[in-house]
Amino acid sequence: MSLLRQSLHMLGKELLTEWRQRSRISGVFWFAFAIVLMVGFATPNSGVLADVSAGTLWLGLLLASTRSLDQSYAVEHEHGAMEGLMLWPVDPIAIFYGKAVANALVLILVALVLLPLVIAIFGADVRGSPAQLLAVIVLGCAALAAPGTLYGLITSQARGSAVLLPLLMFPVVVPALLASSNATMKVFEGDPMEQVPAWLTVLAVFNLVQWSLGGGFYGWLLED
Amino acid sequence: MERGLQIRDVSRRYGRRWALVHVDLEVAAGEAWMLLGPNGSGKSTLIRCLSTELRAHHGEVLLNGENVWIHRARLRKRIAVLGHQSRIYDDLSATENLQVWARLGGYHPGLEALLERVGLDPARRDPVRTFSAGMRRRLSLARMLLKDPDLVLLDEPFTALDPAGRELLMGVIQTLQERGATLLMATHLPSVARAVCSHAMMLESGKVLYKGDTANMPSEGRVEP
Repeated sequence: MSLLRQSLHMLGKELLTEWRQRSRISGVFWFAFAIVLMVGFATPNSGVLADVSAGTLWLGLLLASTRSLDQSYAVEHEHGAMEGLMLWPVDPIAIFYGKAVANALVLILVALVLLPLVIAIFGADVRGSPAQLLAVIVLGCAALAAPGTLYGLITSQARGSAVLLPLLMFPVVVPALLASSNATMKVFEGDPMEQVPAWLTVLAVFNLVQWSLGGGFYGWLLED
Repeated sequence: MERGLQIRDVSRRYGRRWALVHVDLEVAAGEAWMLLGPNGSGKSTLIRCLSTELRAHHGEVLLNGENVWIHRARLRKRIAVLGHQSRIYDDLSATENLQVWARLGGYHPGLEALLERVGLDPARRDPVRTFSAGMRRRLSLARMLLKDPDLVLLDEPFTALDPAGRELLMGVIQTLQERGATLLMATHLPSVARAVCSHAMMLESGKVLYKGDTANMPSEGRVEP
């Protein structure tokens, strides 16, 4: 069976389990929304709220992604399904891509619901291209999902995985966070200097590297 | 190519503690062996090494002449395991679980017939979360039967099964044997396993105490609870 077909079957399994546990996705959303609200309350000068809106959106998504990733592996370890996958004739690369795409889709869904709320609460405008904003969200969420899926595997069976995952993942995703926040800010403020394409290129390259590395290392980590 | 299973001088440690020490065993194709020994004797570790879940730190395991670790990606299609854990997804139904595993493995069995065979047909659409331990065990058995295995590894397979479930399992084992599958069963119930296993290996502290016919097995009572 081809790698693509196995990856699609794995993605189908992930989406089916996510659909059956919709409360988990809403939990991730409410967690991200709570972070956005708290940053709003903690910002003393309401005049700068619009300036921190993009950063707050991505900070909320980053923190919420750790919960989502943690839960994604909790399902696998509940009754030893992860070991079952390992011993099943499935390419580990397909397991990685199936899980990572599902994690990215969950984050994109959360981001799309969170975005209008951030715009409303922080008083931001969208003066730039909505298509560019959508591209930033898709690439930014994918950039969090790929390394998160890889590091999630490492930390999922460790004691204190909730702490370990951010410790491993956050330093790696700093370039993606920087690019996503800056690109989103430029779309909010308008982009007369046309800097958004450059940030999108940074995100695309980051994704290319992380999705390739993830596929390569996942099997090795799974076996060890 | 030699058919069956060869375990050659296999040792495995966890940290500094050796869980298996120089274990040797030759099992002909179609033979069924039970693995006996007290808790912590190395039975499950041996099963995990044979299933390619763990790598032996010393020695090698050959299935039909091929090293299982080196060729694990291919041989996993031929090795079926029924372990302590159910390896199923609680939020999916019995049918969905089998569909997921069948699609991932590229198997095309008749799922309805399989569920009927393990007695789960009436509950096939219920979420597994609502299943009893015995029903989960039956579903794990159905999952195992998706494969057409050369090597069947059973770790405490009778756990949680009622008498009807045990009878079902025995029937499945006999069918697999008739198809030529090699079988190893770790158990604390030698009197039950004797019905299908002609040979036994006893382990203690990771070392082989006895291997041979079940008829000549020494001090069986010390391992039966």
